[in-house]
Amino acid sequence: MVLFGQFLEILIGGLLSGVLYSLVALGFVLIFKASGVFNFAQGAMVLLAGLALVRSLDLLVANGFPFWTAIILGLVFAGIIMAVTAWLVERFVLGPLVNQDGLTLFMSTIGATFVLEGASQMIFGSDVYPLRLFPTDAWFLFESSFPGGILVNKLDVWGGLIAGILVAGLAIFFQRTKTGRALRAVADDHAAAQSVGIPISWIWFVVWLVAGLVALVAATVWGTKLGVQFSITFLALKALPVLIIGGFTSIPGAIVGGLIVGAGEKLAEGFLGPHIGGGIEYWFAYVLALAVLLVRPQGLFGERIIERI
Amino acid sequence: MSSANTAAATEQAKPFLSINNIEVVYNHVILVLKGVSLNVPPGGIVALLGANGAGKTTTLKAVSNLLHAERGEVTKGSIVFDGTEVQSLSPNEVVRRGCIQVMEGRRCFAHLTVEDNLMTGAFTRRDGKAAIAADLERVYAYFPRLKERHGSTAGYTSGGEQQMCAIGRALMSRPRMILLDEPSMGLAPQIVEEIFEIVRDLNQKERVSFLLAEQNTTMALRYANHGYILENGRVVMDGEAKALASNEDVKEFYLGVAGDKRKSFRDGKHYKRRKRWLA
Ligand SMILES: Nc1ncnc2c1ncn2[C@@H]1O[C@H](COP(=O)(O)OP(=O)(O)O)[C@@H](O)[C@H]1O
Ligand SMILES: [Mg+2]
Repeated sequence: MVLFGQFLEILIGGLLSGVLYSLVALGFVLIFKASGVFNFAQGAMVLLAGLALVRSLDLLVANGFPFWTAIILGLVFAGIIMAVTAWLVERFVLGPLVNQDGLTLFMSTIGATFVLEGASQMIFGSDVYPLRLFPTDAWFLFESSFPGGILVNKLDVWGGLIAGILVAGLAIFFQRTKTGRALRAVADDHAAAQSVGIPISWIWFVVWLVAGLVALVAATVWGTKLGVQFSITFLALKALPVLIIGGFTSIPGAIVGGLIVGAGEKLAEGFLGPHIGGGIEYWFAYVLALAVLLVRPQGLFGERIIERI
Repeated sequence: MSSANTAAATEQAKPFLSINNIEVVYNHVILVLKGVSLNVPPGGIVALLGANGAGKTTTLKAVSNLLHAERGEVTKGSIVFDGTEVQSLSPNEVVRRGCIQVMEGRRCFAHLTVEDNLMTGAFTRRDGKAAIAADLERVYAYFPRLKERHGSTAGYTSGGEQQMCAIGRALMSRPRMILLDEPSMGLAPQIVEEIFEIVRDLNQKERVSFLLAEQNTTMALRYANHGYILENGRVVMDGEAKALASNEDVKEFYLGVAGDKRKSFRDGKHYKRRKRWLA
């Protein structure tokens, strides 16, 4: 029973921290699906969104704005920054490179990463900025069934909730709106989408904007956990195995992949760690990704490829 | 409308679409169209015929302004649709003005349902949900098979259904002119006939004009009022559809009647070479 309680605690903690990986992977998938671009800059976008939010928040609070007003204004400001970024990327990076091959576009997003990282730190500063949006204390659940109960971080629960709302919102956007439908059309066939009058550059702007807003959501949770700081960009590296496991083109894949990696690495650390030495957490995701690559190269949820008749 | 009247209309009415002596270059070096001119009168069905590689698709893409995406460019001449020079417009503006292309190979959005495919065609419209819903029903009235399959993933429907889906999708933009590229490609003869009958219906009931690129010369000339024959990026002959269908050279080269060693239309004994600098 004690062991089971420990297992549950690690599993829940792992799943909830995996939500963050899911959020970052989601940003990748959105852009990859719609434009075939592997966006190396997704981690830099989380940093930029976090810095824009925390710095404007601090400034507003220092100038006597009530906390909740400041949060709303801060989120709006960060949202606008992400929109401007999306526009700049479309206008000056992807637009001019239209019809280039995937590798060229990938390289261009590496360039964009450095520009974004440099610019965001130059404008907003390069310290560690604490963000306090969500409670960070813990709950103890099921104290009657397990000795000491199961410890659950409130922040992780908030993260899970917000991610759930975000995914539901994206699902509605993609399935029910005209722009969402156009996005799926572009993801299927650029040229055909253009032939029916869907403006590709507008769609790319919308995709980068949505990915920017997803980055902002990731930044609120991650920033509360560890403070907004440069190391947030390393999140992007964790997203890679998540994408390999879930499949580059699948939104549910990004979510499930993130959860698998989150839960898997925590469980491995908790149960295997004591036997084979710690630090499993740091490489577990990559080994798992390799295993998936060998067995199912398109990932668990990789899109069925429909051959045209 | 009798063919004599149509011919008269072709001569007199201001063309709805006029292509004037255009040249198209791909990748800055490959000259593909070498001075093509043609007209589509309002309410006409004009066939653009020619072998594979003659330049039919390139001509249609020049009109719909989709060449940029293929690194192609109109380097000479002009294209006027309904009084507006097309070259200065973006592809979506061309669609909004009522001229839409149905691409070769159908190109339905494979992972979208048939109905979602149709709805993407309404992207440029600003006239409200009710009007779009009414048009969806109209499309279903023309293509009852699409109504049956409205929830199916388009990639898993038959070739004929995909062609109907592609035409229906174009109709959702409320076009006055459809550039239809090889609708018969890879389809069984009855399906081809079914599709051409619908094209004629749309032309007569909805007054949609068609510029129809086809290799299936017999079929195209049966439904078109006028035809142009393209060879190596040049118009080598044009005329009323009936006249073309009974022309000896056309019969020989494109209708599969007879056939000896002559390689090009130019060698035809009945064909006198005409220069066509202007339409
Ligand atoms: N994107 C392109 N780049 C270079 N050449 C092209 C391109 N598209 C078509 N072509 C060439 O242009 C010529 C005409 O092609 P196309 O317009 O597709 O002919 P058709 O539709 O009559 O078969 C062909 O020789 C083809 O190889
Ligand atoms: Mg063609």
